[in-house]
Amino acid sequence: MAEKTKKLKLSTKSNLLTYAMLLVFFVVMQSLIATDSISNKLNGLLVPICIYSILAVSLNLVVGILGDLSLGHAGFMCVGAYASAFFSVSSADIIPQDWLRFLIALILGGVVAAFFGLLIGIPVLRLKGDYLAIVTLAFGEIIKNIVNLLYVGIDSKGLHISMESSQALGLEADGRMLIKGALGITGTPKDSTFLISFILLLITVVVALNLINSRTGRAVMAIRDNRIAAESIGINVTKYKLVVFMISAFFAGIAGVLYSHNLSSLTATSKNFGYNMSITILVFVVLGGIGSTRGSIIAAAVLTALPEYLRSLNDYRMLIYSIVLILLMLANNNERLNVFKEKISITNFLRNRKKGNTLDKEAKS
Amino acid sequence: MDFLSYLVSGISLGSIYALIALGYTMVYGIAKMLNFAHGDIIMVGGYVIFTLCTTMGMPTPVGIIGSVLVCTILGVVIERVAYKPLRKATSLAVLITAIGVSYFLQNAALLIFGSGTKSFTSVVSIPALHLFDGALVISGETIVTIIVSVIIMVVLSLFINKTKPGRAMLAVSEDRGAAQLMGVNVNGTITLTFAIGSALAAIAGALLCSAYPALSPTTGAMPGIKAFTAAVFGGIGSIPGAMIGGILLGVIENLSKGYISTQLSDTIVFCVLIIVLLVKPTGLFGKKIDEKV
Amino acid sequence: MALLSVKNLGIQFGGLRAVDEFNLEIEKGELYGLIGPNGAGKTTVFNMLTGVYKPTAGEIVLDGKNITGKKQIEINKLGVARTFQNIRLFSQMSVLDNVKAGLHNQYKYSTISGIFRIPTYFKTEKKMNDRALELLRVFDLQDEADFLASNLPYGKQRKLEIARALATNPKLLLLDEPAAGMNPNETAELMDTIKFVRKEFDMTILLIEHDMRLVSGICEKLTVLNFGKVLAQGKTSEVLSNPEVITAYLGE
Repeated sequence: MAEKTKKLKLSTKSNLLTYAMLLVFFVVMQSLIATDSISNKLNGLLVPICIYSILAVSLNLVVGILGDLSLGHAGFMCVGAYASAFFSVSSADIIPQDWLRFLIALILGGVVAAFFGLLIGIPVLRLKGDYLAIVTLAFGEIIKNIVNLLYVGIDSKGLHISMESSQALGLEADGRMLIKGALGITGTPKDSTFLISFILLLITVVVALNLINSRTGRAVMAIRDNRIAAESIGINVTKYKLVVFMISAFFAGIAGVLYSHNLSSLTATSKNFGYNMSITILVFVVLGGIGSTRGSIIAAAVLTALPEYLRSLNDYRMLIYSIVLILLMLANNNERLNVFKEKISITNFLRNRKKGNTLDKEAKS
Repeated sequence: MDFLSYLVSGISLGSIYALIALGYTMVYGIAKMLNFAHGDIIMVGGYVIFTLCTTMGMPTPVGIIGSVLVCTILGVVIERVAYKPLRKATSLAVLITAIGVSYFLQNAALLIFGSGTKSFTSVVSIPALHLFDGALVISGETIVTIIVSVIIMVVLSLFINKTKPGRAMLAVSEDRGAAQLMGVNVNGTITLTFAIGSALAAIAGALLCSAYPALSPTTGAMPGIKAFTAAVFGGIGSIPGAMIGGILLGVIENLSKGYISTQLSDTIVFCVLIIVLLVKPTGLFGKKIDEKV
Repeated sequence: MALLSVKNLGIQFGGLRAVDEFNLEIEKGELYGLIGPNGAGKTTVFNMLTGVYKPTAGEIVLDGKNITGKKQIEINKLGVARTFQNIRLFSQMSVLDNVKAGLHNQYKYSTISGIFRIPTYFKTEKKMNDRALELLRVFDLQDEADFLASNLPYGKQRKLEIARALATNPKLLLLDEPAAGMNPNETAELMDTIKFVRKEFDMTILLIEHDMRLVSGICEKLTVLNFGKVLAQGKTSEVLSNPEVITAYLGE
């Protein structure tokens, strides 16, 4: 039985470290806010940091745990953002309680995104690698393009929907535009606070980590490591791929809800919902260490905050970002550096200290 | 007549996609990587011509030759500096690096040329063709694009199938290890592939900017994605696939612009891609590889 | 009635008949060997028995149930587990988790219970842990439970694959060249382990092997496959003294 407790402690310790990190972040930020010593810049960054962390953690489930390359994560975020903003704008008069409306908006955004996750998950089952990547990318672009053409208005006769123009809606004089094509949705209540965003990030992390360390998580990772062997031991590949795609999309949708309720006007551009954003989230996951939830959060937070603090560099900012990105990837794959990293890795430290393990990677390869 | 006109300009646009897609597909076949920065080479090529011809007033051929030279060298340098150290890394790591290179090129262009759109002077000087009493007008750019693309595709096919370096490329894409054992210079072949791909991108850039004369640091991004789509559509790694995929994509895009909606054309292109992949998961000409158990 | 009964099984890839008119009867509790030169179609037979390939002719009956052409997952649930010629472990998962993945259909709780950690989760996980460690102990792998599977030495990886297959609680265990790449000491140890598994789990085993010492040492019956067809079948000693078999193996 001794081995069992060791194993439990290993994954649990790593998870506890993640939770501790989140908690420290929260306490430090809250006390900065409470003492009024937080800079405007940092204050404005808190919600985005939570949003991008949620996106990174949820994408990591697909890329790191399931092992499928997705370039359309921003598409799910877009779906969540639009569905919830639409709901909040149109129900502002019907549901007077802010908290209730926001709660419904959150659930709605997540569920609609999860539905799209299921939708895109079906073709995903037939495709591999780069073919899958391009389909997810195409999916994200389709979503972005369609919401840019969407006109929705409301009047006494009910909802009017058009894909052409606001005039085509034929609204009556008392009518109100809800979604204005490329101009998007305006007047979304600013419900996303740091507290709520942080709680949602925490929920995302709990779900992700619990999922990974469960029967489902093992099945998913088995599919990632060797699909044929996974099938040979009776694991239903179709089911678990869809489950992961749905859960991942659900949280991307939640991030979208936070995003849309952090801005007063919501538009879909290639910057916020296009493949550029999907790639940015993928960069968080890869730089954070594929498969590592903690790494995803750290990378998302640092890379969200960094460009803001480099504002003074103006035009050189993105150039530096791209150079840093290339250098990091080169360093990440440098064998000598990797041996060094192995030595200072926290997980390996826990693993080796527990076991007095002398047999490590180098001995084998 | 409308139909013919849409079709011809679709083939022209598709030829440009095909030229770019060839670069994608050759690099994929040989280095097994998605070179996301490939589209940005087009933009660099465009700026080189702009600088040489518009700013410095040199003749058009100098501009085109200069652009091909600069892009070829750039492609080789990128491969050596950013991709070669990652030969053994995961495909995801290489993909992210390629994205980094793409950002780098775009932002370097932004710093040098500013974010404003430059109006590009067409490299084509032949007049438009008026057919059927002027009912069908085919622009000089369209004619040149189609002719140039056909010539390039024929030459490229001959090069790959008939010459020693060409067959070395085929060998490396089939089995890198075996090719190396047979004495093929793998690194040299990969460099050659990047050089050819980048040169094609430079030509595609000249044609693209002539047909759509607005040049900005992100000019290459969308055509790059479209060409990537075309390459996958045709079966990534397959050279005839990239050609046919590119042309089909251009035609579909232009027909949907003409008959359905300009704003929906990208959506339709992507939907067709998804449907094709659902029916043929490895594209039109892609090889189906079953994992051996 | 035989546990596994295969009648006239055949498969065609394009124009090539990889396996043709293959017949096999295995009684419960038998340790059966499938041998033959390289490319004879042994692994193809395994792939048909486990549902990786759909046979184009014949039928496979397991314990009275026709399993011909069923999917891998269903066949595994009905009681066939296997190992692979080229080891297929879940390399980035721990040794313990590899076996727990094998227990996937033996101890169940839903994804939701896993996410919300309701009591069922803890109860079932404990059972899974206990069972997985029990299996690891059979193969003397308990001390490596925390290791990544890819960090195990080769011989232990083969053993782990058998442990994972056993975790699915099969009626029939298929081993594809279990001794490949092992030195004589390791092979001898493996023979003991296979014998032990058979006794301990009351298991029926069909194995593909090239190592004649292993085959003659533990298999009671043999089928020899050559060019996709059965060359000889029967008691091990008789088959191995069959002149045709000797020719097929050693050449003219």
